[in-house]
Amino acid sequence: MRTPIAYFLLLAGLLFAIGTVGVLVNRNALRIFMSVELQLNAVNLTLVAFARMHNDLSGQVLAFFSMVVAAAEVVVGLAIIVSIYRRHRSVDVDDLREMRW
Amino acid sequence: MPLDNVVFWVFAPISIAAAIGMLVMRNVIHSALFLVVNFGCIAVMFLLLDAPFLFAVQIVVYAGAIMVLFLFVIMLLGVDRDDVRTERLFLQRPLAIVLAIAFVAEISVALRAGIGFATLAPEGFDQLQPTGNAQAVAEVLFRDYFFPFEVTSILLIVAAMATMVLAQRKVRVVTQAELDASGADVGAAP
Repeated sequence: MRTPIAYFLLLAGLLFAIGTVGVLVNRNALRIFMSVELQLNAVNLTLVAFARMHNDLSGQVLAFFSMVVAAAEVVVGLAIIVSIYRRHRSVDVDDLREMRW
Repeated sequence: MPLDNVVFWVFAPISIAAAIGMLVMRNVIHSALFLVVNFGCIAVMFLLLDAPFLFAVQIVVYAGAIMVLFLFVIMLLGVDRDDVRTERLFLQRPLAIVLAIAFVAEISVALRAGIGFATLAPEGFDQLQPTGNAQAVAEVLFRDYFFPFEVTSILLIVAAMATMVLAQRKVRVVTQAELDASGADVGAAP
């Protein structure tokens, strides 16, 4: 493979930064969730790139685990969003203030 | 120019453009579709990094299952109308963008100081997996990471049950006594 590893890591960093902007800027809970998925994917890319760099398959296994956990997280998170929507008729995170002190 | 370089420079800009498209689209469904494009590009990156098993898993789990779930929930809730884009917090958006640029700059500096921008991946990755990537990953997974693998199955079951509990509609239980009382009321009212 002739592409330097650092390019993949830099791409992952860029995607992570874009996901961070999405989490910070958006107020729609679904959009925030999609940005979190983007961040998780960027981290997975980092793991696989480091696995290639160190000639070690553990990184790929860890990325696999991270995908499984992300799948579980998406399922639970979307169920929470659905139940929030039933209560508030909105998925705007600014409307959620019951737990505020 | 070697082929994998060409593939990288084709798909890396597409993935970044799709990520930015996900941010700027006003319709949530369009954002989700841009995210699918981005996941596909990351899957190609996995292929370039000699991880064909994760390439398949990425396509099936992320671009398939997770995004279908997202689109399903978006359409179920009917929240695909255009978002209100007024800024409620002072300087929220500029500060977020400044933070992101600072993060990328920091990553670049760390990469330059750490492994450098010219370091190629070492040879010999194929010797690690003489019978293919999926079998090699499976050997590592079931030999070294067997206990985490089993814990993951518990996590999945708990997540499935939690989803059912969270998403079910609350049905009020009516006892037989209440039923009798209401029946008596109806009988007594006229």
